[in-house]
Amino acid sequence: MIQLWVIIGYLILLLLLGLSANRFFRGTATDYMLASHSIGPVLLLMSLFGTTMTAFALVGSTGQAFRSGIGVYGELASASGIIHSLCFFVIGLPLWSLGRRHGYTTQIQFFRDRLQSDLLGLLLFPILVLLVVSYLLVGIVGGGAVVESITAGAFENSGWFSAAEHGVPAWLASAVICGVVLLYVFFGGMRGTAWANAFQTAVFMVLGLVTFVTIANALGGSNQFMENLKIATQSADPARLSMEKMPKAVFFSFLFIPLSVAMFPHVFQHWLTARSAASFKLPIVMHPVFILIVWAPCVLLGIWASGESSGVPAALAGMGSEKLNKVLPTLVKLHAGDVLGGLLSAGILAAIMSSLDSQFLCLGTMFTEDVVRHYGGRERYSDAQVVRLARYFVVAVVLFTYLLSLILPGSVFNLGLWAFSGFTGLVPLVFAAIYWRRLTAAGAIASVLTTVGCWTVLFMRSGGKPFFPAQAFSIAGVITIPQMLAVVTIFAASALILVVVSLVTRRPEQKTLDKFFSS
Amino acid sequence: MKPAVWIFVGLLLILHQDYWQWDNKQLVFGTFPYALIYHMGISATAALGWLMATRFCWPADLDRPPENQCEGEQV
Repeated sequence: MIQLWVIIGYLILLLLLGLSANRFFRGTATDYMLASHSIGPVLLLMSLFGTTMTAFALVGSTGQAFRSGIGVYGELASASGIIHSLCFFVIGLPLWSLGRRHGYTTQIQFFRDRLQSDLLGLLLFPILVLLVVSYLLVGIVGGGAVVESITAGAFENSGWFSAAEHGVPAWLASAVICGVVLLYVFFGGMRGTAWANAFQTAVFMVLGLVTFVTIANALGGSNQFMENLKIATQSADPARLSMEKMPKAVFFSFLFIPLSVAMFPHVFQHWLTARSAASFKLPIVMHPVFILIVWAPCVLLGIWASGESSGVPAALAGMGSEKLNKVLPTLVKLHAGDVLGGLLSAGILAAIMSSLDSQFLCLGTMFTEDVVRHYGGRERYSDAQVVRLARYFVVAVVLFTYLLSLILPGSVFNLGLWAFSGFTGLVPLVFAAIYWRRLTAAGAIASVLTTVGCWTVLFMRSGGKPFFPAQAFSIAGVITIPQMLAVVTIFAASALILVVVSLVTRRPEQKTLDKFFSS
Repeated sequence: MKPAVWIFVGLLLILHQDYWQWDNKQLVFGTFPYALIYHMGISATAALGWLMATRFCWPADLDRPPENQCEGEQV
């Protein structure tokens, strides 16, 4: 029950913080969607980091390290450290500059203007919305599952929720999470989102480290922290101490997953909140360090849990793949108290909600800017009407996504990988739009359609698993194509079609090129 | 974008694919798995490299004022 009270206390605190941002609201659409371009380097670093880190950073990393060993750090953490900052530098910075100069609020506004194609915007809108909704599902379902698992037994005396082992049922937890995030996004807009993100990033970073130290000391049993670390690592399953459980080609193909950040609509919106170009410097430099601070302790916790002496293998014996999400909660239950269990749950929720809020807000922004104002006319709606429409759309999307989460079967982490693969398939488009004068609207449209076609075919064939080819195969006994993530095929096909179609179609008008490549 | 940034990223990505130590189970100070320390080093090197990039390869002309705004006007 203590854990439940800690979680409730945290949610109330977060709500108060988000709502207090409403006092600074200037009443304009730009303020609601972009915080009037007022975000400085520290807040930008915290909000970008919080937005790009999901529950996977805490729960998934520990579970994957428990199963596959330390390779998960290289697979996702060090790769993201290189590639996320690269995306901020080569994509985010120029888009921020173009966005400020030409007044964009969404990606679609940029693409429409750059390629002089309304059709491209029409095509991109539903694709981006569906990809964001898939990504949202990961957070909503994951958050509900974590709360249900950690609060198990809280209502034993009253006999409530027996189907959820007397914990808060996942459907109820997901509804509360959605409600809290919705409230502070609804009233606080981008400023509330950025503040809440910064607070939540600090929470999950600090609580991750506290959990690490507490469990190391519990597993080691001595009063020397370094000695405890040594004992904990040496008691781990030796197979988890190297990369040998990681297929090399799959490891390579994971490099393409972090590229997706370049096409996340919610990250684009955060980029545009920056006060100046110099605000990007701190996020670019510190992002890999923040990833290290969060991921390295979680990966170590995962390998420690693999040792029999941790008690986790015995506690999770007989479970299927769902046990991977229970590694961290089980480790905490066995080796830390109820208060830390509650705090850790708050930390996990912080990681989840700091992504959900930005995604909710970006959907509202895209609807009002790319549909309502674009087709209805910019002068037709007042700022107050635009803000109201954005809020209503956010409520509708959250309701739809929540209801979808109730009927969604199976693992949502694979769904997350598929959502990332879709975003990565659109990265050649944004890169070419910034750097390649020869890109044409036809090339862009063909690339988007190729991404959609490729993604759909591979997803339908995969049975939910994120691989293509699913098994290694040989071409005429000469070349062997290893098992890889489907994202490699989607990215390569999209890039190839973009280049070929652009080269065989009429080059863009000089006036447009002058606007975007004047320097 | 200066070529130095692309060379730096390319080198990091090559070093990231550390197939030569795939089955190395050595523990540094008897505590930290060698390959984990190696990849944490990649993260730290990335941060250092990005620090250099923001100092010496920062693109010029990013803070141009909006189209509908005068040069001296505050944003």
